Amino acid sequence: MKYIVDTNNLNAELIKKLKVGDMLYLNGKVYTARDQVHLKLYKAIKSKKKLPINLKNKVVYYTGPTPKKKKMAIGSCGPTTSSRMDLYTPALIETGLKMLIGKGRRSKEVIESLKKRKGVYLIAPAGCGAYLSTKVVKAKPVAYKELGAEAIFKLEVENFPVIVCIDSRGNYLYKRKGSANVKRRT
Amino acid sequence: MRIISACEIQKNVSNLFLKAGTVIRPDIEKAIKKVMKSEKNKLAKEMLRLIIENAQIAKREKLPLCQDTGLPIVFVEVGEEVFVRGSLKKALMKGAEEAYKKYAFRRSVVVDPILRKPPFKSGPALTHIETIKGNKLKLTVMAKGFGSENKTKLGMMNPTADISEIEDFIVSCIEEAGPDACPPYIVGVGVGGVAETANLLAKKALLLPIGSKNKKKHLALMEKRLLKKINGLKIGVMGLGGEATCLQVKILSSPTHIAGLPVAVNIGCHATRSAGCTI
Repeated sequence: MKYIVDTNNLNAELIKKLKVGDMLYLNGKVYTARDQVHLKLYKAIKSKKKLPINLKNKVVYYTGPTPKKKKMAIGSCGPTTSSRMDLYTPALIETGLKMLIGKGRRSKEVIESLKKRKGVYLIAPAGCGAYLSTKVVKAKPVAYKELGAEAIFKLEVENFPVIVCIDSRGNYLYKRKGSANVKRRT
Repeated sequence: MRIISACEIQKNVSNLFLKAGTVIRPDIEKAIKKVMKSEKNKLAKEMLRLIIENAQIAKREKLPLCQDTGLPIVFVEVGEEVFVRGSLKKALMKGAEEAYKKYAFRRSVVVDPILRKPPFKSGPALTHIETIKGNKLKLTVMAKGFGSENKTKLGMMNPTADISEIEDFIVSCIEEAGPDACPPYIVGVGVGGVAETANLLAKKALLLPIGSKNKKKHLALMEKRLLKKINGLKIGVMGLGGEATCLQVKILSSPTHIAGLPVAVNIGCHATRSAGCTI
C-alpha cells in the first residue's frame, strides 16, 4: 500500500494501518537526531531531566546533513545506520516517539518496544542524500547546536519517501518469508 | 628529474574530491543500470532508480551524493624520478581541506577519538604515499563513509585453511553487514602480508573499476565464485531482496608468513566515492 502521511497529526488509528513493506510519503515536521543526541537524550531521560524537545507523537530521522547551499533548505541528508541508536531507542519510544527513520536493521529490543508502544520504524532511500534534500523545504537547528551536523534540526518535509520496516505489531521486513536473508545483528 | 609543484598537486587533489563526492563512479552507474534492468522485485527496482536519480541531482547541483562525505583518504604513487617542489604531505591535506570547505562537504572528523568534542573538522586527510618507477605522480582520492567502514572485518586465519574456508569467511562478513551499509556493495578483499597489509589491500581493491580482470587466475576464479555466493544472500538494495546485493568482488594479495593467513574484507557502498588522475 501507499500512504500520504501528515506527520503533524500522527494518531493511533493511522499507525495501526501501516504494514511492513508499505510505502509512505511524509509531509510535515520531522526532527533529526543521531548518535550523540541519542546519548544526551537517553541520559536526560534516565536522570529525569527535561528534554529540549517534546517527543510525544513525533518523528525522528537519523541523519547528519551536509551544510546547505544557496537556494536550498538543507544539504545532502540521507539516512545513517540505525543500529547504532538501538541502545537508546526504547527509552525514547517510552516518552511517546512514534516514528523512527533510518537505514538497516534494528535490535530485538527496539522491535519489542515499538510493538508495546505502537510505533513504527521506517527506512529511507539509503545513499540518496542529494535526492532526499529536494524533499526538505525547511530546516532549522533547534537543540544541541554545538554538535554541528549532529544537532537536532527541525525539518519540514514534503513527499519524503520511506518504507515501513517494522510495523506496530512487531512485524519486521527483514524477517519476512521470501525476503532478504538477513542475519540478526549480535 | 621532473619537477612537480606542491601547488599543482593540491589543486588536483581538491578537484578529485569534488568529482568523487558529487559524481557517481561511471563503472558503478553502469553496473546499477544493468542490474536494474533484470530486477524483478518492483520496490527494489524503484530504489535502484532512485540511486540513479540521486546521482543526476548531485552532479547537477554539485551536491554530495551522500551526506556522509567520509574521512578523506589520498593514495599517492610518486615516481622515483619526480621531485616535488614544496611539501607533498601538506599539499594532500590542504587539497582535501580546500575541497571540503569550498564544496560544503560535511565535517565528520573528531580530533580526539575518545573525547569526541566539537568543533568537528573535515580532516586531516589520511595519506598513503609510496614510490613507483618513472617520472609520473598518480593521485587517487577516496571519501570513505563510515556506514560501510564500520563493517570492516579482519580474519587472522589458519595457514592450512582451504579456499572454501576463506570464501566462507568473506561471505559471512557480507551476511553480517546485511543491508546496513547501503547495498549493492562492491567488496574489497585483501589477503596476506600482516594485519595492516590485508586491511590496506582490501581498501585498495575498492578502487579497482568494475569489470577489471584480476591477473592472478586463482584470484579471478575466487572473485567470480564470491560474487555469485554473495548475490545468493539476496540482501538486495536497502535489504528489500532481489538481485542487487553485490556489483563486484576484487581481491588483492601479498606474500605472507608460513604461520598465518590474514584476510581482510572492506565494503564499499553503492556510493563508493573515489577518483584518480596522473600528473
